[in-house]
Amino acid sequence: MKPRSLSFYLLAAFFGLFVLFLYGPMITIFILSLQGPDGTLTFPIRSFGFYWLGQVFQEQRVGNFVEPFQRSVVLGAIVTLLVASMATMSAMAFRQKFRGSTVLFYLTISALIVPSILISLGLGVMFQIMGWSTNWMTSGLGAHLTWTLPIAFLIMLGIFNRFNPSYEEAAKDLGANDPKTFWEIVLPLILPSLIGVSLLTFTLSYDEFTRTSLVSGQYNTLPLEIFGMTTNVTSPALYALGTLTTLFSFTMIIIAYVAVSRLSRRQQG
Amino acid sequence: MTSTTPNSAAADVTAKPKAIAKNWDGLKPYLLAAPQTIALCVFLVFPILLIGVVSFWEFNGYSMTPAFTLDNYISVFSSDVTLRTYVNTFKFVGMVWLATLLIGYPVAYFLSFHVKKLKWQVLLFLICTIPFWTSNIIRMISWVPLLGKEGLVNQMLMGIGLIDAPLEFLLYSDFAVVLGMVHLYIIFMIAPIFNSLMRIDRTLITAAEDMGASGFNVFKEIVLPLSAPGIAIGSIFVVTLVMGEFITVRLMGGGQAASIGKLIQTQIGSLQYPLAAANAIILLCVTLLLVFSILRVVNIRKEL
Repeated sequence: MKPRSLSFYLLAAFFGLFVLFLYGPMITIFILSLQGPDGTLTFPIRSFGFYWLGQVFQEQRVGNFVEPFQRSVVLGAIVTLLVASMATMSAMAFRQKFRGSTVLFYLTISALIVPSILISLGLGVMFQIMGWSTNWMTSGLGAHLTWTLPIAFLIMLGIFNRFNPSYEEAAKDLGANDPKTFWEIVLPLILPSLIGVSLLTFTLSYDEFTRTSLVSGQYNTLPLEIFGMTTNVTSPALYALGTLTTLFSFTMIIIAYVAVSRLSRRQQG
Repeated sequence: MTSTTPNSAAADVTAKPKAIAKNWDGLKPYLLAAPQTIALCVFLVFPILLIGVVSFWEFNGYSMTPAFTLDNYISVFSSDVTLRTYVNTFKFVGMVWLATLLIGYPVAYFLSFHVKKLKWQVLLFLICTIPFWTSNIIRMISWVPLLGKEGLVNQMLMGIGLIDAPLEFLLYSDFAVVLGMVHLYIIFMIAPIFNSLMRIDRTLITAAEDMGASGFNVFKEIVLPLSAPGIAIGSIFVVTLVMGEFITVRLMGGGQAASIGKLIQTQIGSLQYPLAAANAIILLCVTLLLVFSILRVVNIRKEL
């Protein structure tokens, strides 16, 4: 084996510093949330304990956290269901040439490129003019779709690019109709990736803030509630909430990773 | 699901199913693409068109009324504060773009060229992406105990005697805003560059080395040009994300820093919708201008 060059070690060190830069702050609040009741917002740690993690669930001290969490999970689930089906369908459409496909492609990309404040403002103005009241379930849902749909769509496009159409042709030659071919051939084959995309969509929606911020209406989703807390909560409970919701996101990612690798191993084996 | 086949053409028994099948195949992509198209029209196109309309409406301090006036645009362009805010926004865009590129490129280069095993590449890339799947708000709050007046960085610097008084510029400053944005958005630079570096045919590099090119020459003549589309895509993401930013500016800038996104947010907060809309339309035009100028330099169609 060739000895590693100097540039390898320099770049490896740079990469290490970068990972430290990415994770350092998060590890800091993780440590600071594990303090006793006398803990403060800064170092040094005075005592160790789970006091603040418990405080998160006490309504009167920190503000209400349980209901925004429920809203975020429900909204994330609805967004995921919609986005996973819409992105799969349109990615399948893109396997053939059809008129307007370029327009739809750029329209989808532009949802990512348009500054997020415009989405928020636009939905706010739309609801105002229509005389509807903004709500996390309606305007909030719309805001989340503009963020998650293009990402899911781009990933699904890539998945179908690598998809071998001969399985479908074989099914059709044997007399299967389109829905049957989809449910029995296509879906099982794309299922691992679809689960990955779904859970990614869920976390993206669950954590979304900027697009929802002006159109959530009367009730906050969890990120909005946390943002509100940043101005009036001066205890480690804020960090504790950060730790807990981050752990929740990570759990979702791990579930996705395990599910995808299990399913794809089963397909290969 | 139904297909629209004329019944009259059913003279021949076998012709009808064929006609249905043909029609159905032609119609299928449209039906499949319809939900996404409708969703984007309702929640993206229509709202933005409305912003355009409202930007010409009148505003009397309390409410907006349908009209056609250029007052909103005139007040944007005649306001010193607004123009300075634009300059400040460009400053953020430029600094964050440069920082994400200078940090992101070596990271992507290391992953694609120095990490040999695919398994390790995937794993290390995952490690880079994981923080981006969690709340932006949390990621910004977590800088506070590090950079604050009594934060870890100041405590450490004072502990080793490098400074006497805490450095104030670390938090609630332009520096903090740029740092926060780099932390939030750098993956959008790394991922496309990594993608385009991975696609480079490694035999090109071997060939260049065989012909006596130095490491630097290989980089300049082969790697850099072939990764340009990745840099372009990453730049588009970073530039558009930073252009409309208002949360990082608010949380990390601590009321000192200003950006056009934050200005719009403040105007919405005081219900000045027509003014906010005029600003938003200008913001959109400037952003699109930046995107198109990036696209003029690099052809990214090949990448997709």
